[in-house]
Amino acid sequence: MTAGTEAPAIGLTHGGSEDTGLGHRGPESKSIVVPYGFWLFVLSDMVLFSALFATYASLVNATDGGPTTNQLFDRNLVAIETIALLISSFTCGLAMIAAKRRNMTWTQVWLVVTGVLGLVFLAIELYEFAHMIGEGAGPQRSAFLSSFFTLVGCHGAHVTAGLLWIGTMMAQIWAKGFRQDIMRRLLCLSVFWHALDIIWVAIFTIVYLIGTLP
Amino acid sequence: MTEHDPELLNVAPGQPHDSMLSETISYVIGLGLALLLTGVSFWVASTSTLWGPGVAVGLVVLAIAQMGVHLVFFLHITSGPDNTNNVLALAFGVMIVFLVMIGTIWIMAHMDANMAMDPALTNLQMQH
Repeated sequence: MTAGTEAPAIGLTHGGSEDTGLGHRGPESKSIVVPYGFWLFVLSDMVLFSALFATYASLVNATDGGPTTNQLFDRNLVAIETIALLISSFTCGLAMIAAKRRNMTWTQVWLVVTGVLGLVFLAIELYEFAHMIGEGAGPQRSAFLSSFFTLVGCHGAHVTAGLLWIGTMMAQIWAKGFRQDIMRRLLCLSVFWHALDIIWVAIFTIVYLIGTLP
Repeated sequence: MTEHDPELLNVAPGQPHDSMLSETISYVIGLGLALLLTGVSFWVASTSTLWGPGVAVGLVVLAIAQMGVHLVFFLHITSGPDNTNNVLALAFGVMIVFLVMIGTIWIMAHMDANMAMDPALTNLQMQH
């Protein structure tokens, strides 16, 4: 019997990426299981956001005589935020393409671009929040504003976490190279970042666009 | 790893394609479609040529379409057999999201309509 030619070596399944030692009927390799588990987390995060959206939709008219959606929101700022986050989602994908080809320079370049666009988004959001609070439209003003700051602020907190994660991944790639465990983390990061953009689509539609209809 | 490999039982969400060209094209198409849908959303919200009461529904439809574009072109969620687990998890997540949102909005709107109180009582600031 010639080893390695007729019978495949133990665990060399699914493209032979990683050895689980259990053959085809065993668990998937880590490169599948880890992103899948992270996908489940992202979906449960979306369930969390759905509760915040439901809260917002229930309270949007509870303004307590305070400012309403039409008086507070500026569509031009939201358009810039939307474009920045959308393009950052795109460049995050380009970083993944470069990382798969083990191209250090372009991976880092696209991750930097992704992070900078995320910072632009966050800066505009913080400016908007500061502006509203300065006008006396802070989260304690009315039930509508409490739910607004909870919903949009929770998304902003996710973007902040994503930015920290991007910085961490850039350092890890730089220091440790494109190891398999680093690549798994990078894939999870890209799933997280794309998911943030999906949630933002719901926010700019439900909160900002429907909120500023004439 | 490609999504056409018959040996491959599962593929991770967001997993890039094998060919650099098809992968890049996928992201470019996704970006184009997402920009188009975003632009249409902002136009629909600003124009006065459309029937007013239908605009909000139209915006929600456009948003759901854009989420679909993001899922397919950025997260590479496909209908292929190697994607079954990802799609089933997504379907369950979507079901819970709709149950929570539609259920809450439905119930709260009815409570609001059926339990209308004296406006002075619902205004918390005036109870002090």
